[in-house]
Amino acid sequence: MVAALLAIGLIVADHRYRHLDLFRSTLSVVVFPLHYLASLPDTLGRLMEGRLAREEELRARNEALRRENLVLAARLQQLEALEAENMRLRDLLGSAFKLGDRVLIAELMSVDLDPYRQQVLINKGAGSGVYLGQPVLDANAVMGQVVRVNPLSATVLLITDADHLLPVQVNRNGLRTVAAGTGYVNRLELPHLPKNADVQVGDLLVTSGLGGRFPSGYPVARVTEIRRESGEPFATVVAVPTARLDRTREVLLVWTLPTGSLNQALTDRARESPPEIVP
Amino acid sequence: MTQVPARRTWVVVASLTLALFLTILPMPVWGQDFRPQWVALTLIYWCLALPARIGIFWAWGAGLVLDVTTGTVLGQHALSLSVVAWLTLQLHQRLRIFPLLQQSISVWVLLLVERLLALWVMGATGQPTPTLWYWMPTIVGVLLWPWVFHVLRDLRRHLGVA
Repeated sequence: MVAALLAIGLIVADHRYRHLDLFRSTLSVVVFPLHYLASLPDTLGRLMEGRLAREEELRARNEALRRENLVLAARLQQLEALEAENMRLRDLLGSAFKLGDRVLIAELMSVDLDPYRQQVLINKGAGSGVYLGQPVLDANAVMGQVVRVNPLSATVLLITDADHLLPVQVNRNGLRTVAAGTGYVNRLELPHLPKNADVQVGDLLVTSGLGGRFPSGYPVARVTEIRRESGEPFATVVAVPTARLDRTREVLLVWTLPTGSLNQALTDRARESPPEIVP
Repeated sequence: MTQVPARRTWVVVASLTLALFLTILPMPVWGQDFRPQWVALTLIYWCLALPARIGIFWAWGAGLVLDVTTGTVLGQHALSLSVVAWLTLQLHQRLRIFPLLQQSISVWVLLLVERLLALWVMGATGQPTPTLWYWMPTIVGVLLWPWVFHVLRDLRRHLGVA
């Protein structure tokens, strides 16, 4: 009985007030070897895959990567010029705009967490400067945000978790709304959109940056289904995340630079470097 | 027990750790609905075998570690596992002499209770209700129960855990 009461107390303290984060992160250091051990076969498997790959296969892949790199580099040249121009114009307008995100690459640890939550474990933690609420991206789009930071690892809540809401806007016309997770991977919903809202199947949703957590302008999802049923007050809009939430291995952790170092970064970037990537 | 023979608590800890390990071991997506409740099974066995030593507080501690490991709300598994341990302790004298089939059915009920309590916690913390596949692990678990029981009993006898 005492144990049950204690457990219920814990649930309340953890869920409602989040008092136990320190306790949880301490315990998580204890179970870290377990997580590490469980993800070991997968890591070894990938290592072996690299060792045993055939030469022609490697050469083909190399070739494809080089071609892709060329295309991307060409686009990047344009991008930098455009970005600098954009910043100058925004300076003239006097609007605050965050640019110059620092990025860190982390790997997913392949362990199965609770199958009824949409969350993943990554192998970077407070030791690498990861902080609570930090946005997490993959190569394509927004994946989620950090909800628990442990010394050696961190838990990322994906945007499809039922607890997650993300402020977005429709890229085509700037219509602002919120993307809610459903608990299913590959499914987001846009609740409370009036029936005459200008949304079409195929629309790209990007982060609006209004929540203050995510930098604006990153792609989130693509609208796949719209139902306007008479009798329902709102339209049902379903979107599929552009991030490959169930397939990615590497994720990007983003730091948004404070405004002070922004001008510095701006002048540097206009002259030379691509976004700083700390390996 | 006057001279206190080797208590070998580490065997219990090791088996629970192994159960925890099996809980987070990556599985293909289709297999995730079939993953049995390893920690619950192991705990039920130890509560049956050593009711004087392994009880509610072990279950509570194991549940807490399980919560941290799988990233659920702290206390979810602690609650469900301690209730299961309490029920097992109440029933252990009967469960021990049951024939295997009857014992398995009782264990199934215990596993269902564990799942049900977890479901309540999920509902209370605002998670969506999962599909009926949610109950599948109990069936897999009960099919594995005779095997778990024999393996752990042989282990216990071999190592002389008392």
